[in-house]
Amino acid sequence: VVAENLVVCQISPDTPDTLEPMDPTMDTPMDLRYTDAQEAFREEARTWLSAHAPAPHALASLDTAEGFEAHRAWERTMFADRWSVVSWPEEYGGRGVGILEWLIFEEEYWRAQAPLRVSQNGIFLLAPTLSEFGTDQQKARFLPPMASGEEIWCQGWSEPDAGSDLAGIRSRARRAGSDDGWVLTGQKTWASRGAFAEWCFGLFRTDPEAERHRGLTYFLVEMDSPGVTVRPIPQIDGETGFAELFFEEVFVPDSQVLGGVGRGWNVAMATAGSERGLSLRSPARYSEAATRLVALYAERLALDPERAVLTADAVAQAWIDAEAYRLNTLWTATRVLDGGSVGSEASANKIHWSETDLAIHRAALALLGPAAELHGGAVDAPWLDGYLFALAGPIYAGTNEIQRNVVAERMLGLPRG
Amino acid sequence: VHFAFTGQQIEFRDTVRRVLARECTTDDLRAAFAAPTARTARWATLAELGVVGLSVPEAHGGLGLGLLDLVLLLEEAGRVALPEPLMATSALAAPLLGDLEGAGPAGATRVRSWLEEIAAGSITAAVGPPPGCPAPVAGAVGADLLVLTTPGPEDGPEVHVVEAGAAEVRPITSLDPTRRLGAVTWEPTADTRLASGSRAASTILATSDRAAVATAAELLGVTDRMVVMAADYAKERKQFGRPIGAFQAVKHLLAGAEVKLEFARPLVYGAAWALDQGAPDASRSASAAKACASDAAVEAARVSLQVHGAIGYTWESDLHLFLKRAWALSEAWGSAAEHRRRVLASLLAPA
Repeated sequence: VVAENLVVCQISPDTPDTLEPMDPTMDTPMDLRYTDAQEAFREEARTWLSAHAPAPHALASLDTAEGFEAHRAWERTMFADRWSVVSWPEEYGGRGVGILEWLIFEEEYWRAQAPLRVSQNGIFLLAPTLSEFGTDQQKARFLPPMASGEEIWCQGWSEPDAGSDLAGIRSRARRAGSDDGWVLTGQKTWASRGAFAEWCFGLFRTDPEAERHRGLTYFLVEMDSPGVTVRPIPQIDGETGFAELFFEEVFVPDSQVLGGVGRGWNVAMATAGSERGLSLRSPARYSEAATRLVALYAERLALDPERAVLTADAVAQAWIDAEAYRLNTLWTATRVLDGGSVGSEASANKIHWSETDLAIHRAALALLGPAAELHGGAVDAPWLDGYLFALAGPIYAGTNEIQRNVVAERMLGLPRG
Repeated sequence: VHFAFTGQQIEFRDTVRRVLARECTTDDLRAAFAAPTARTARWATLAELGVVGLSVPEAHGGLGLGLLDLVLLLEEAGRVALPEPLMATSALAAPLLGDLEGAGPAGATRVRSWLEEIAAGSITAAVGPPPGCPAPVAGAVGADLLVLTTPGPEDGPEVHVVEAGAAEVRPITSLDPTRRLGAVTWEPTADTRLASGSRAASTILATSDRAAVATAAELLGVTDRMVVMAADYAKERKQFGRPIGAFQAVKHLLAGAEVKLEFARPLVYGAAWALDQGAPDASRSASAAKACASDAAVEAARVSLQVHGAIGYTWESDLHLFLKRAWALSEAWGSAAEHRRRVLASLLAPA
């Protein structure tokens, strides 16, 4: 039970999709208000954040060496007061609160404009997967340093020839001669935070003879293992947000196989569910950006009304899209709390949040007009950086084209292509 | 927070879905297109089930429930493009009459008997647009009761209720004949007036908000129906030796429509809850819901027609029965753009 608590959202890709409550006799009436206890939790989070969070945008970008360490220090500060992973059990550094409290914490976090989470690949993606598939030893070994920021994780999935077609990966793992582990060889790419991370969770082919989805295994790899080479890749904004990872005869002990040999695809789909579903992108991120967009509109309406009114429709729709995401998340959270699961709606979810992020930032740039291209803190809020980041949304976590295939095939029952 | 319907609400929805699947087939719709009627055998069935009188107070023979109990049923009405005026009668007129029951001393008895007749299924109502909105009155032709507004002389707007015989209704042709649009000419008198001044203004606002959410709920149902029809067709229809639904170009059209629908849904349900609760931001929620439901419906209509190809462009295909309802309702009680403007105005208003 403790371990299940860790999971913000259990993902079971094979369960049938349903929008109904699991228990048809359920008679709790609909209610969109938080309880007094939840509001007290909100107040506590808000108070702590206002006392401790760095000023908005005060830290250097987490895609620089300096910024990475500054963000790690912030994770440590949060961890010291048990705010870094509120939904995790206390034994791993959390507060053991539920999914609704986690959403409240996220609202306060984004309202405070606190730093981006440098540990996000670990705490939001790997942790739910570890909770579902990991052994007790693995959880005890990996979760606490993940929560404190002492060990930051990156994701080693994509390869030069395997992006959307993830099951086509070629990086290999063969049994070590010592028979106590595996030897990894191959190349991974687009590993966010790969330039500075201590650990990597990756997919490798352990059985080249098996059907391509079945021969995969999910490994936890230490980045300073002999044979790992990291080549940072400058991103569209010029910073080294992601990296190429080369594995040459890298030994990984059996204790760092997650979920069993040959079960890598299932384990990876659980991670992908977190990435597209509730865990990675909480609604607060967009609600907060939408609120700032409306404030920007009000400001520009006074300065440049002719331009501002041209964007009115887009501003309103972007705000509505964020609100739709917030409500949809409460809908899903209720289902999860009632014993349901998240299936292929995670794909619809990913399409919606990535497009909402783009809509918000596009509207902001349209409002700014000629000022939109100015870089380096020339405007109050870094809308341009946000826009560049939003542009990645329809690409990472499985392209939106792949998600549309999933929606069509699994929600609408269309034949596989 | 518990954002889900109760088991009872879901069961009632399922019952209504089963009944309407049987009682409102596309053949029935074609018959209704040929001879649109407000009160039918189907209306009597819905009244017996308690659907029609759902928001009539229990004291007057109804179930005394709120909009949240009605939205799932309106969605079912949309799914079959129900030709009868469930939205106007049960989601708008009944709560309006219930609210104003004690307002006009002279009218109290009349209001009570109208409520009882609504619950019994013996009358239907049409509700006109707010003052200053030049739209025709949907459902006016054949309605027993017309709820109408005037800008009022100097004391602000007024709400009037006129029985069919006391008004002249000139039919106006809609592309969906079951809309039974009419231009209504009538004489507002002290006898027809149910509310004036601030009471009337708040009633008109509440009715417009309910109308936005109720229409949005119907649109969810129509939209779902169009997406399902197109998906079913895409599984059947073969070209190049494969079902067309196996092609990504087709999949992506339908997936886009499906995502729009699924994200309009929580806005509609949340707005129904907010209106029932009298939440401070309920009007904004109503507008957000209608904006997204209208856009989702228009997109689903475009996509489902495109996926059907030429057959979808024929009278013979059933698709147009739903396209027309979607187009009509997407503009009724405020277009997506009008509601977006309302959302933005509310966001900019000082708290």
